[in-house]
Amino acid sequence: MSGAGTLELSGIHAGYGDFQALFGVGLHVAPGEAVGVVGPNGAGKTTLLRVISGLIRPTAGTLRFGGQDLAALPAHELPGLGIAHVPENRRLFPHLTVEENLKVGAYTPSARRHFQQRRDHVYTLFPRLKQRRHQLAGTMSGGEQQMCAIGRALMSGPRILLLDEPSAGLAPLVVQQVFELVRRIRQEGLTVLIVEQNVAQVLRIVDRAYVLETGRVAAEGSSAALAEDPVIRRSYLGGH
Amino acid sequence: MDPFLLEALLNGVLLGGVFALPVLGLNLIFGVVDVIWLCYAELVMVGMYAVWFLYTQAGWPLFLAFAICLPLVALLGGLLHVLVVKPLLSAPPINQVLATGGVLFVLQGAATLIFSTDFRSLGVEMPPIELGEVFVSGTKLAAFIAALVGAAVLWAFLKFTYVGTAIRAIARDREVMPLMGVDPRRIYLIASAAGGALAGLAACLLVVQLDVHPFVGLSFGPITFMICVMGGLGNMLGGFLAAFLMGLIVSVGGFYGSTDLSYVVAFLFFILVMFFRPRGLFTR
Ligand SMILES: Nc1ncnc2c1ncn2[C@@H]1O[C@H](COP(=O)(O)OP(=O)(O)O)[C@@H](O)[C@H]1O
Ligand SMILES: [Mg+2]
Repeated sequence: MSGAGTLELSGIHAGYGDFQALFGVGLHVAPGEAVGVVGPNGAGKTTLLRVISGLIRPTAGTLRFGGQDLAALPAHELPGLGIAHVPENRRLFPHLTVEENLKVGAYTPSARRHFQQRRDHVYTLFPRLKQRRHQLAGTMSGGEQQMCAIGRALMSGPRILLLDEPSAGLAPLVVQQVFELVRRIRQEGLTVLIVEQNVAQVLRIVDRAYVLETGRVAAEGSSAALAEDPVIRRSYLGGH
Repeated sequence: MDPFLLEALLNGVLLGGVFALPVLGLNLIFGVVDVIWLCYAELVMVGMYAVWFLYTQAGWPLFLAFAICLPLVALLGGLLHVLVVKPLLSAPPINQVLATGGVLFVLQGAATLIFSTDFRSLGVEMPPIELGEVFVSGTKLAAFIAALVGAAVLWAFLKFTYVGTAIRAIARDREVMPLMGVDPRRIYLIASAAGGALAGLAACLLVVQLDVHPFVGLSFGPITFMICVMGGLGNMLGGFLAAFLMGLIVSVGGFYGSTDLSYVVAFLFFILVMFFRPRGLFTR
C-alpha cells in the first residue's frame, strides 16, 4: 500500500494543548486520486490537513508519504517533498502583488529553478491572475484570491495538493469555477485531498470521500456510494 | 529665500538620510522578529569603534575599515539574535525588551573598559561643497549619498529576491510560512544580520561626523526609536519618511534656536504625533 506518492495516515491523534481534536483518524490517498474529507464545522477537517503538512504534531499514530515517515520532519521541509497545502481562508499575503505571492510559493531551491515555467503554467490555468499579476493580492475578489492561493501552492511543483474549503465564502457561480479548476488540476495528474463543507459539490469531483465527525471517521466510500447513502443524504445533502 | 535657512533645510535632509539607516534596520527586525532591539544604537557604537580602531590605531585604509565594519556588525546582529533574542522568542515582550536593554549596558560597559570614556575622533573631513548660494559639508553629503545607496540596496533586496519577498511576507503572516517551504527561524536570522549590516553602515557614516565614546548611542538612539514609532513600528516607508521629517525639524529648529532647543522641539512634535496619531503618522 505504500507506493510512490501514497499518503497514509493511521490512528492519528492530535489537538491543541489539552484539547484533543482528532481521535485515531486513518486515511489514505493513492497517486492520481482525488479524495474528499467532509463533515460539519468543528469536526477536525482543518486540524487533519494541518497534521499532514506538519503544522501540528500528532500525539499518536503514523503519517507517511511515499513510504517516508513525515512525523520526523519539520513543516518547512514538506513542500520540498511534494506536499502543498492551500490553507483555510486562503492566507494570501494581501500586501504583496499576485506575482510576489507566487514567488513566495516558489521559495524552495528546486522550485526557484522552475519559477518562470510554473508561473506561466499557473497563468494559463488562471488567466485572470495574469491580468492582475502586479495588483496587490488583497485588492482582488474572493474567487480571484482563492485562485491565487491555489496558484501559489502549485508553484512548489507538488505531487499532492491539500485544499481546505476552497469554496468557503464564495458566490455560487464562483464556487462552480473553483471546483471546475480543481477538476482540471486533477486531470493534469495531480493528487488532490480536498476538505469541504459543500458536500454535494465536492462529491462530484472526487473519487472517494471520508466523513469526519467530532474527530473520528464516521463513514467512507466512493463518491457514488456516499451520494446514495441515506444517512449522508439526510445530514449533508438536504435529502430525505 | 534666506540662504541660512536654505542651508538649514538642506542639512535637515542630509541628517534625515543618516537617521534613516538605523530606522530601517530597527523596523526590519521589528517587522520580522517582532522584537525591539533596545541596544541597536550600541551596535552602531561598536561599529564606530571598529572603524576608529582599524583606521587610527591599526593604520588600515579608511575604506578597508568601512568594508570590515559592515560584516562585523552584521555578525554581531546575528549573534545577538541567536544568543539573546531567540531563547526569548516565546517570552513576554517586556522580557525581550529588558534583555536587549541589558545588552545595551553590557556594550556601554565593555566600551568603557576597553577604550575608556575618552572622545575618539577619526580626524577626517572632506572639503565643503558649494551648492548655489549655500555650502554643505562634503562629509555630510557623502554620508547622505551612502545612506541613500544603502536604503536602495535594502529596497532591491526586499523587492526582488526570494528571501526578501519572504521577509515581507513573514512580517504579515508567520504561521503560514512553513507551508511555503520557508523556515521562519532562518528568516529571523537573516533579518537580524541584515539589520546589523544597516547598523554597520550607519556606523561608517556617523563615525566621520561624530566623536566615538561609550555613550555616543544616546546622541542618536532615542531619536531613532522616536522616528520608528512616528513612522509606524515595522513600517519601512513610514520610518524612512519620518526620518527626513525629523531631520528637518532638528535642523530648522537649530537654525531658529539652539541645537538643544531643536531636540526639545523634536520631542514635543513626537508627543503631539503620539497624541493624535498613536499608531504612527503614516498608518491608516
Ligand atoms: N488553534 C486552536 N486552538 C484550540 N482549539 C482549536 C484550534 N483550532 C481548532 N480548534 C478546535 O479543534 C476542533 C476542530 O477544529 P477544526 O479542525 O478547525 O474543524 P473544521 O475544520 O472541521 O471546522 C474544534 O473543536 C475547534 O474548536
Ligand atoms: Mg476548517
